[in-house]
Amino acid sequence: MSKAVRERERIVVRFAGDSGDGMQLTGDRFTSATAVLGNDLATLPDFPAEIRAPAGTVHGVSAFQIQFASNDITTPGDHADVLVAMNPAALKADLDKVGKGGVLILNEDSFTERNVQKAGYTADPLQDGTLDGYQVYKVPMTSITVRATEGIGIGKKESERAKNMFALGLVSWMFGRPTETTLNWLEKKFGSRQEIFDANVAAFKAGYNFGETTELFAESYKVEAAPQVPGTYRNIDGATALAWGLIAASERSGLPLFYASYPITPASELLHELSRHKNFGVVTIQAEDEIAAANIALGAAFSGQLAVTGTSGPGIDLKAETIGLAVIMELPMIIVDVQRAGPSTGMPTKTEQADLLLAMYGRHGESPLPIVSASTPAECFTAALEAARIAVRYRTPVILLSDTFIANSSEPWPIPEVESLPSIEPEFATPNGQDFLPYSRDEKLARPWAIPGTPGLVHRIGGLERQDGTGNISYDAANHELMTRLRQAKVDGIADDIPALEVEDPSGEAELLVLGWGSSLGTITAAVARARADGRSVATAHLRHLNPFPTNTGEIVRAYRKVLIPEMNMGQLAALIRARYLVDAASYSKVQGLPIFAEELEHEIARVLDE
Amino acid sequence: MSDVIENGGTSRGDASTLTKKEFTSDQEPRWCPGCGDYAILSAVQAFMPELGIEPHKTVFVSGIGCSGRFTYYMDTYGMHGIHGRAPALATGIAVAAPELSVWVVTGDGDGLSIGGNHLIHALRRNVDIKILLFNNQIYGLTKGQYSPTSEEGKVTKSTPFGSVDHPFNPIALALGVEATFVARTVDNDRQHLTEVLRRAAQHKGTAFVEIYQNCNVFNDGAFDLLRDKAQGKHNQIRLEHGEPIVFDEGNRCVRVGENGRYEIAPTAETDPDGIVVHDAHGRPSLAFALAHLSRGPDEPSCIGVFHEVERPVYGQAIQHQLQAAKERLGAGDLDALLHVGDTWTVE
Ligand code: SF4
Repeated sequence: MSKAVRERERIVVRFAGDSGDGMQLTGDRFTSATAVLGNDLATLPDFPAEIRAPAGTVHGVSAFQIQFASNDITTPGDHADVLVAMNPAALKADLDKVGKGGVLILNEDSFTERNVQKAGYTADPLQDGTLDGYQVYKVPMTSITVRATEGIGIGKKESERAKNMFALGLVSWMFGRPTETTLNWLEKKFGSRQEIFDANVAAFKAGYNFGETTELFAESYKVEAAPQVPGTYRNIDGATALAWGLIAASERSGLPLFYASYPITPASELLHELSRHKNFGVVTIQAEDEIAAANIALGAAFSGQLAVTGTSGPGIDLKAETIGLAVIMELPMIIVDVQRAGPSTGMPTKTEQADLLLAMYGRHGESPLPIVSASTPAECFTAALEAARIAVRYRTPVILLSDTFIANSSEPWPIPEVESLPSIEPEFATPNGQDFLPYSRDEKLARPWAIPGTPGLVHRIGGLERQDGTGNISYDAANHELMTRLRQAKVDGIADDIPALEVEDPSGEAELLVLGWGSSLGTITAAVARARADGRSVATAHLRHLNPFPTNTGEIVRAYRKVLIPEMNMGQLAALIRARYLVDAASYSKVQGLPIFAEELEHEIARVLDE
Repeated sequence: MSDVIENGGTSRGDASTLTKKEFTSDQEPRWCPGCGDYAILSAVQAFMPELGIEPHKTVFVSGIGCSGRFTYYMDTYGMHGIHGRAPALATGIAVAAPELSVWVVTGDGDGLSIGGNHLIHALRRNVDIKILLFNNQIYGLTKGQYSPTSEEGKVTKSTPFGSVDHPFNPIALALGVEATFVARTVDNDRQHLTEVLRRAAQHKGTAFVEIYQNCNVFNDGAFDLLRDKAQGKHNQIRLEHGEPIVFDEGNRCVRVGENGRYEIAPTAETDPDGIVVHDAHGRPSLAFALAHLSRGPDEPSCIGVFHEVERPVYGQAIQHQLQAAKERLGAGDLDALLHVGDTWTVE
């Protein structure tokens, strides 16, 4: 029986279940199949805050959202069109994330009285009208999976565990996803464990066939491939892209990559990924604490490595003194901050971009350093290369800002040619027969990078103020002022060495500029596209360098009657822009541990334009 | 990254024309006149040429405190870090550049208080660094507060009614975290100090050397019982591996007392077979017992090498892993990495 296929331009699917239900894996596999089809896509995993929240409770719900489309999209979607809920808790936690009239695919087997209660419902939501207005499909996923895997020779527990593959099969059918990608992957993953492999394949096929054959689903959907620039693509998340960007920087500079870090959510992924690539000569050290990680990296920087330490906000607080030491030592070092919701421990698994002022000013004394930020998952790759380029060229610590949202989410990425990547020249100091001056400067005001082991360049550096040129300790008043101004001028001068800020203003007559940085890029692009579709003229610009700003930033923000800066913080970039350029930039702020939704920003744009 | 080197110790070669002068920087030391740090500096500068390692292959790393200045007076590469973090900085250097001879100079406040965590983890890992801890039992640079090694009841600016803190026993601490080389010496005994430095330099892995150092301004005389020539000869218990532990010109010895405790006893009243023979290469508990013979330097105390064993060196283990990964997976290929997993091509 062949069924109706309906074309859709974009779809948002959300998989939700208990932490143990394998929803991240399901989402990840669905993403791969979607990417291979050539749809544009964006994903967002939503982990529970507690590692072992009680099963079946709302706290233990783990979800994965993907938006895919036949045209360019930039966010994982505000509201889901389809929610797959593996248990009542998942339904309870995520129903408000489904748009009105959306499709709910529920694992009927799990809606027992006990589970319904555990989820915090007082009555069965399948019966009491809670789901009125949605298209509800009740599918006994667990029992069909158990039946499909009979005779394979695995226990009931293990066969039940394959129900996520049933869900994947069903949703794959619904959206015409190819089955080979998943089957190939299953073979790679479980090929050596025959029974587990057989069970997963059986469950996946059962789900697919269930869609095809039952009367339950009247139609399936088709989302055409998005037009893409020719090239080879892959799907990539921000954490992997950042790790690979650092490896690329190591390859392009010839400097061994040296990563020291202390486990912290959500930056640990970086440590995990880099630890896997020792054949690139990558040294990874899990230090005893955040402060040690920074110091071990700084010691390695002194010794001529591409030294990196990665963490999240709480770790930046702890590393602050060492970062200041790197500033006065003028050694190249990258400090990655995968931002999360604060203050203090805050919400470790939730996103925020509230460390901008911390990166900018979070050290005692005048302690300037360059700040680079990534705006999308794939952009973490280029941002890492750029941070390395600046650190090495200017012999300075660089803070690289990412956040939970981009670290965890993914998008298709045209894989770059290695030769096209920028090359980085370390230019270590060599003896020239004269007395070595460790604090002499080149035309960019960078001091020589003289590494231990080099004859003729023996010198001492430290946290005490240096004398200009010789680098000897100096408490001289005029020298301190000179050195303070030199350190500032060096960082300011980087502005001449970075791309100008680009404005996108198709009509050329916008009166509003939406200025952003970091992971709100996707939201801004989507919201502005909608506003333009409504006939409004809006310009956008996005900052990748937060310190120093590109040289034309002032000119741009002054050119528009109104400037709106959306941020997942209380207006930190807005504060910097207002202070620096004396423009009346307005802040649109959201601090819920969630990305800003395109719809919310679209309303704000309309409001600002209409006021 | 340099090639794996099998020799983890810092003592390499002897043919050398190096002299003390090559290790002496043009910076004038600025410790208080009479400070024990001068004697240590002079001993270290005089000793370094013996290693046959050129100054440019040597790195001194220090933290904050009077001892922190040490780095500036050595004409080697040097890093004067922030308070307490020298072992971490040195770990980065030693792992990145295993061919260098890396030394850490720290104090009782820097190394045992604010930097305690880094010290114990460096010792645990057995990084190839040599740690000299100048113990003066006081905060000197901040002008006289009690330190984590100050004795109970110590009256200082911050403890006008006497300290109620129980002090660390640095040797016992190092042994407790399974340091592979643990020794103690005194600032003014050039010969003993040099011999301990020599042994430390030869050791593969982390060497921990506690140096009793007199702060003549804020804690003068804290170690007189051991430092003073006249008193020292009665109260220093010199440890020599394989030798019976006898001191006080042969008059006293260390023997196993009740419950297996080590105790000091008159030699004349002790069965010669009952005198403890020092075993530096044995279980750390033996050395631990020696570390607890005295409550502190105001009682007869051991000096010398307490413990010296071999364990894999941290940086070498890291280098071996890199090597093994290259052999197993082939040298990293960036293009292949970027294409790993599912890809698709748009024509
Ligand atoms: S305060 Fe004490 S330890 Fe510091 S330099 Fe003066 S005498 Fe030496």
